[in-house]
Amino acid sequence: MNRVALGRSIPWTLVVFLIAVWVPALGSRYDTFLGTQIAIDALFVVSLNLLLGTTGLVSFGHAAYFGIGAYACGILMKTYGVPFVIAFPAAALIAAFFALIFGFFCVRLSALYFAMLTLAFAQIVWAICFKWNAVTGGDEGLPNIPYPKLDWISSLPGLGDLSIADEFYLLTILMVALSFAILRQVIRSPFGRMLTTIRDNPERAAFIGLNVRAYELAAFVVAGGFAGLAGALYGIFNRGAFADYVFWSKSAEVLIMTILGGINYFWGPPVGAFALVWLNQEITSYTQYWPFVLGVVLLVLLFGFPGGIVGGLVAGYERLRRMLRPRHA
Amino acid sequence: MLDVRKLSKAFAGFVAVDAVSLAVETRQTTAVIGPNGAGKSTFFNLITGHLRPDSGQVLLDGRDITGTPPHRICRLGIGRSFQRTNIFTRLSVLENVQAALLAHRGRGHDFWSRSERFYRDEAEELLGSIGLAHQADSTAGTLAYGNQKQLELGIALASDPQVLLLDEPTAGMSATETREAMKLLERIAGERGLTLIFTEHDMEVVFSIAEKIAVLHQGRVLAKGTPAEVRADAEVRRVYLGERP
Ligand SMILES: Nc1ncnc2c1ncn2[C@@H]1O[C@H](COP(=O)(O)OP(=O)(O)OP(=O)(O)O)[C@@H](O)[C@H]1O
Ligand SMILES: [Mg+2]
Repeated sequence: MNRVALGRSIPWTLVVFLIAVWVPALGSRYDTFLGTQIAIDALFVVSLNLLLGTTGLVSFGHAAYFGIGAYACGILMKTYGVPFVIAFPAAALIAAFFALIFGFFCVRLSALYFAMLTLAFAQIVWAICFKWNAVTGGDEGLPNIPYPKLDWISSLPGLGDLSIADEFYLLTILMVALSFAILRQVIRSPFGRMLTTIRDNPERAAFIGLNVRAYELAAFVVAGGFAGLAGALYGIFNRGAFADYVFWSKSAEVLIMTILGGINYFWGPPVGAFALVWLNQEITSYTQYWPFVLGVVLLVLLFGFPGGIVGGLVAGYERLRRMLRPRHA
Repeated sequence: MLDVRKLSKAFAGFVAVDAVSLAVETRQTTAVIGPNGAGKSTFFNLITGHLRPDSGQVLLDGRDITGTPPHRICRLGIGRSFQRTNIFTRLSVLENVQAALLAHRGRGHDFWSRSERFYRDEAEELLGSIGLAHQADSTAGTLAYGNQKQLELGIALASDPQVLLLDEPTAGMSATETREAMKLLERIAGERGLTLIFTEHDMEVVFSIAEKIAVLHQGRVLAKGTPAEVRADAEVRRVYLGERP
């Protein structure tokens, strides 16, 4: 069986970015709002998938780094008046730093225990965010994180007068697109190849000369850093950082989005994020039983498409191509 | 080349390897044989750092490497294959070998290049030498069993080992496949000047290519020597060869 080369040559990040740019001009304010949400979640899930799909590590506590990013950026901007251009990368570094410390312990454990320990650390972070009133605002959260200065976006030629929400949307998709470009490259690099050998067979990976734990830790730190970026954007978008960003249900939500979209493809998890956010909006406007409907949808998808939405689409495309191709042409 | 001194390992009181010594000369081909559960795989795992010995030493070119972790052992020039085939199932055949080359050359820290551009020619050449060139683009996990074993050999060779430990390289192969696999091994070992240590249940194979044989039984070395010596050993005939006339 030869491997699928579907769409390998298309620069998807650029294509999706160029389409997404039109949302404020062509869509409603609500569309821009949803678009921002989806873009942030997309970055969050892609960062998680560096662990899940690329390295084969299941983290139940990825929200920790998302939340740390949100708080770090929020505290820097609100409490210390640091401009966004500094607070944003700083949020990534701080999240990555925590990922380094927590990950150091997590990668020492195997599969299930790794997952449990990531969850344990996330709950510890949650408890600290929830209780440390002086810094995080405790159960009140950290409201009124200021918007970054974005008038320069409106002054770009051809963009005209944009609302602040539109400007923030454009900033978000730009940051997410840049992050995607970096992560895509990391996955394609020799480093990324090493991660896939660890996913497939850690025992053998060690015996081609890899220090498996060190590589796992490096992946954990990179994933944590980008989750931190997503969190930083989310805090601004939501006008505040709150302890529930770090709660275990948030970690479960990204895990669901990631698996729903398909962990074997770079664009699987973002499609999952899109599907979940969109379904959530659609279904909550018809019924209050959203969790129930979500459960059913997930069941159907997981059994019907074990490779997630994108896995299912690719399999369907492959079948179609085989059917259409004349035998032994 | 490789000098193993009085290596012992017990699992919860059960002594799987009991004071086993084995000295292997450069370019020598050594077979470690013994009935199921004799401790052959455990012995290999002790040498390659997958298990920590309770006592004893492993010397490589006179240097003590006892208790060194597997990834370092691999870098020191010891390659191995595993009894249960151990490849990267979701990567292509070429990518399997390419990954091993990248790891061995210390390229794994490179974030900014494209992995598929590295060592293509070398990887293809290596696949050619083990007879897998035509399968380069197949997903490794879909290969036939015998081919997976060949690929595992390819992965081991990519690390450019001096000593190669093969744990039942022909397990599960038909008689013809076994003969071909061993011919391939002999040729590669010759070309590369490898020091080969392997375990094998097929006595015909063992006695045809091994220059030295160590017989393990219940964790102990029952006999050691040239094929002729081992064949003549009364104890070996009684306990082991006698079981398989
Ligand atoms: N990790 C382990 N924990 C406990 N017992 C073990 C472990 N590994 C091996 N053993 C035991 O040690 C003994 C030697 O096993 P080993 O796998 O080394 O034998 P072998 O000679 O390779 O056998 P085979 O020919 O079946 O591969 C067996 O009795 C086995 O059950
Ligand atoms: Mg064995």
